[in-house]
Amino acid sequence: MRVPLSWLREYVDLPAGVTGRDVQAKLISAGLEVETVDQLGAGVKGPLVVGRVLTIEELEGFKKPIRFCTVDVGDANGTGEPQEIVCGARNFAVGDLVVVILPGGVLPGDFQIAARKTYGHVSHGMICSARELGMGDDHEGIIVLQPGPEPGSDAIELLELVDEVLDIAVTPDRGYCLSIRGVAREAAIAYGVPLRDPALLDVPAHNGDGYPVTLADPAGCDRFTARTVTGIDPEAASPIWLQRRLQKVGMRPISLTVDVTNYVMIELGQPLHAYDRSRLSGPIVVRRARAGEKLTTLDGAERTLDPEDLVITDDSGPVGLAGVMGGAGTEIADGGSTDVVIEAAHFAPIPIARTSRRHKLGSEASRRFERGTDPLATSAAAQRTVDLLVLLAGGTAGPGVTEIAAPVAPTAITMRADHPDKVAGTAYGRETVVRRLQEIGCDVTGSDELTVTVPSWRPDLNYVNDLAEEVIRLEGYENLPSTLPKPPAGRGLTGNQLLRRRVGRALAGAGYVEAPSYPFVSAGTFDQLGLDADDARRRTVRLANPLDDTEPSLRTTLLPGLLATLRRNVGRGAHDVALFETGLVFLPRAERLLPPRLPVDRRPTAEEIAALEAALPEQPRRVGVVLAGARELAGWWGGAQPASWADAIEAARTVARETGVALTVRAGQYAPFHPGRCAVLLAGEQVVGHAGELHPRVSKAFGVPERTAAMEVDLDLLAAAGGERATGPRVSTFPVATQDVALVVDAAVPAADVEAALRAGAGELLESVRLFDIFTGPQIGEGRKSLAYALRFRAPDRTLTAEEASAARDAAIASAASHTDATLRGA
Amino acid sequence: MSAPNKSYDPVEVEALKPEAIERMRAEALAAIAAAGDLEALTHVKTAHTGGGSPLALANREIGALPPQAKAEAGKRVGQARGAVNQALAARQAELEAERDARVLVEESVDVTLPYDRRPAGARHPLTTLSERIEDIFTAMGYEVAEGPEVEAEWFNFDALNFPPDHPARETQDTFFVAGPEDGGSGGGESGVVLRTHTSPVQIRALLERELPVYVIAPGRVYRSDELDATHTPVFAQVELLAVDEGLTMADLKGTLDHMVVSLFGEGMTTRLRPNHFPFTEPSAEMDMLCYVCRGESVGNPDRPCRTCSSEGWIELGGCGVVNPRVLTACGVDPEKYSGFAFGFGIERMLMFRHNVEDMRDIVEGDVRFTLPFGMEI
Repeated sequence: MRVPLSWLREYVDLPAGVTGRDVQAKLISAGLEVETVDQLGAGVKGPLVVGRVLTIEELEGFKKPIRFCTVDVGDANGTGEPQEIVCGARNFAVGDLVVVILPGGVLPGDFQIAARKTYGHVSHGMICSARELGMGDDHEGIIVLQPGPEPGSDAIELLELVDEVLDIAVTPDRGYCLSIRGVAREAAIAYGVPLRDPALLDVPAHNGDGYPVTLADPAGCDRFTARTVTGIDPEAASPIWLQRRLQKVGMRPISLTVDVTNYVMIELGQPLHAYDRSRLSGPIVVRRARAGEKLTTLDGAERTLDPEDLVITDDSGPVGLAGVMGGAGTEIADGGSTDVVIEAAHFAPIPIARTSRRHKLGSEASRRFERGTDPLATSAAAQRTVDLLVLLAGGTAGPGVTEIAAPVAPTAITMRADHPDKVAGTAYGRETVVRRLQEIGCDVTGSDELTVTVPSWRPDLNYVNDLAEEVIRLEGYENLPSTLPKPPAGRGLTGNQLLRRRVGRALAGAGYVEAPSYPFVSAGTFDQLGLDADDARRRTVRLANPLDDTEPSLRTTLLPGLLATLRRNVGRGAHDVALFETGLVFLPRAERLLPPRLPVDRRPTAEEIAALEAALPEQPRRVGVVLAGARELAGWWGGAQPASWADAIEAARTVARETGVALTVRAGQYAPFHPGRCAVLLAGEQVVGHAGELHPRVSKAFGVPERTAAMEVDLDLLAAAGGERATGPRVSTFPVATQDVALVVDAAVPAADVEAALRAGAGELLESVRLFDIFTGPQIGEGRKSLAYALRFRAPDRTLTAEEASAARDAAIASAASHTDATLRGA
Repeated sequence: MSAPNKSYDPVEVEALKPEAIERMRAEALAAIAAAGDLEALTHVKTAHTGGGSPLALANREIGALPPQAKAEAGKRVGQARGAVNQALAARQAELEAERDARVLVEESVDVTLPYDRRPAGARHPLTTLSERIEDIFTAMGYEVAEGPEVEAEWFNFDALNFPPDHPARETQDTFFVAGPEDGGSGGGESGVVLRTHTSPVQIRALLERELPVYVIAPGRVYRSDELDATHTPVFAQVELLAVDEGLTMADLKGTLDHMVVSLFGEGMTTRLRPNHFPFTEPSAEMDMLCYVCRGESVGNPDRPCRTCSSEGWIELGGCGVVNPRVLTACGVDPEKYSGFAFGFGIERMLMFRHNVEDMRDIVEGDVRFTLPFGMEI
């Protein structure tokens, strides 16, 4: 909402010398978000005067038509002689009144005017366009004034060029501030001065002679004022002051009748509509649209109406989308209509909001109705419109007055007088509370228990806290005390919250950089990942309105986001990159359910909450890593250690370790991994994720380095599987007995199986087993491998004898032999 | 050196003559001093203290002397041998020290060599800043509450007093989840959205927890804004909710003040400006004092402040007293309980707290951006 200070001052006696900046500060403190104060005409310097065109000489031979004019500028040039001016515009004739800036003047943008030679003549000044004067930029050509002002008179004042305009972002609850009237009320309170309410007009009562109106849907429209004006001069144009005010609030002057309705809407906040009476047939009926009805709105669009749309109709059918936009069929004709019907109605916010949204059609009117207009303002707004049309367009007010209003009781709220004190945490006292509520227009009675009747223009005030806010904001938020409440003792972070932090630290400690990515993915992503057509990960949660139509889905795996980030890093010159992300993936449930529409006037039942939850996708938390390049860099210490599938699997172990889960690793085949370098990760028998090297085709498709490795595990599953408290081991101080064994097995036997067999056979004396070497070669035999293990034995209560240690070792070897066909190397 | 022997004995032993002993001793000492390294000293030791050395041989001769001469000669030889052993030990120590010094010098390395063998990782500053804020409040007794990112409209809007079709819903730039493909009424509307704020966690906390409720809820939220230098469609918020008996707007103010002091240091404060949010009433926009200029740049063109654009205050987010209608929707008696809430974006705080100029740096995952933030912020 743009509010010219000059217009505001018409209804509020702001102290002399108060600037727009001052008013801005006051209104911000009162709760209006005044974003900017535009300084109109800042820097404009005269002489800027009215001139009458005396002669026009068309200059030939230039790229565009040029006119050499003489202009009567009165005594403004000091000589009274005609002023010679070259002009490139053509929309004026001899005798027209124009706006002339003389040498020495300055236009907005520090445009200094001097006599200069151009097109073979000396131009002593310039004939100005609206744009050059900073009045708006939608005018072609120069300004031609209506007759009246004398040549030589000051145009800065005539055109009200200098003004300050407050630009206010009005919050949805303060619809009344979408009017000069509403902002003036706030300014009056802020400065403690009286308001001259422009809606306080004498209005005539309903009589039977008005334009016939029927309200067939009182829930949608409970109030309708219709007035008629006849004999409007279709040639009459809006006076400069009216045009200027509309320009300053950001509207374009169109025609006198339309300009007047817009003007009154801005002034009073009541949207109006003017119908060409000759184009209306029969009574106006406000009702819901019928299925299949169509209406061409003023913007030229033909719209198929929805049975929920509230429409204005006559005998011919819909003539307007109520509260949103009028119809083209009854609009004020281009040349102006002589007889008009003025509509000032009160429409319910919700139908207007729905219609506006349904037809993607917002207007100045719908903005106001959606937020709630003052139902009692319709009569005054219609009266003001009629008055202006009579005054400015030579019209005659029709004697008929239609005033239809369903009886509505004003909203009354009962509130304890100390409620604002309790909300604020300070003591205002009853007197202050009552005074502040009266200032905003409330009627207040009662002592300890107040009955507050809210004014008609404040449909946002319905509950006690609404009233408390009014008191507190007017008393100043800046005057609130600062106190700290004392919460009960808390239990700190939950196990899962602590786990997430540990996982982040562990991975960062292992060299990974956290890189959260957007969850939006395209269908093509799953092709890039090489997923089968029926892979469950292709079933996604889809957005109805994605930012990018090519990425309508939510991720079902973290890897695409991580790979995109990896590619970005590599593309920017990084070589050795290890990334991780912890975040949600979104898995649609087998059955898509719609959530129930629950009420908000009570706590939902457990069943109702469960029904809401059932309509949401599963959203497990995952941890993923990707890495490429060198895991250990080459340097003076030796060569590089390339990032590999083993690092990815180890990253999964790192995560699992934080959850207290001993991860089981098995060979597997799972997209997007290399079929021979893919690990299935299990907690017990529960698959919790996969890790390994990416399939070469996947690395290529994502544009990441060859042999990029990746891992993704489900943190929720890991957390559920682990979480057992560690038990303190009994530390034996007896000596350790170390035995190394080299076992030869078939090359296809997983090392994990051999180790498991060793452990199973070694018995309780085994302290640890560690694979320290793998050897293949002719000595071992084709298709065989030798695994060298260091076994450490120790007893809790004695020094082991050589025999005991050897017996345990032999038992371990026997177990490996029976489970994995292992033979002792060299045996 | 002993005095000349006055009692003359007829048995003369040439090797035990004082001059001879003296010569042996002097030769041994000279040889010890001349030994240039430990190996040479070993040879010297054998030659001058071994069984075949002159002094050892002389010692053997002592037995042949008459009793009164024995003592004299024994003393003389013993003294000489003592002096030689002492010199030997001293030289041994000296040479060992020399060798050690030489070897350790030879073993010296360039300790300035880089060792970036396995480069460090880092956590994202959005994560760590969020945790830092959590920690401020958990220290006060708050707990950390959570909720899903794909959320039912009832949680995201209805229960937060955004009535259906209210213009306030339009201001949220909501991502809607598409409805089930097999139709359903309402034009495929699903009733499910990407949460536009962390405020639905307020509702979940009130439904799930025993009163009083003091929670902080960080999380990812979504608005359909294109990514640019100051906007991102996916961002992080922190929500706070306190519901208890007798909580006031002054308590909200004090809690905000405590937070900015904890995050930005002593002397920091906040300012509330009236605003509108459906789920709070009264509602406010919260600003914090600019921690860089502390307001001194206002009206002071000589000291412009880039952090606050010389406004003196930095906009943080929205807050207010929990709307009693929200309490009602959660089954909390608004006659008995009241509360306050606030929410703000972590990205913005990261930008002004750590001088980040472009939102894209925060979201793009370039490791050069993230690494300097390390493990904690």
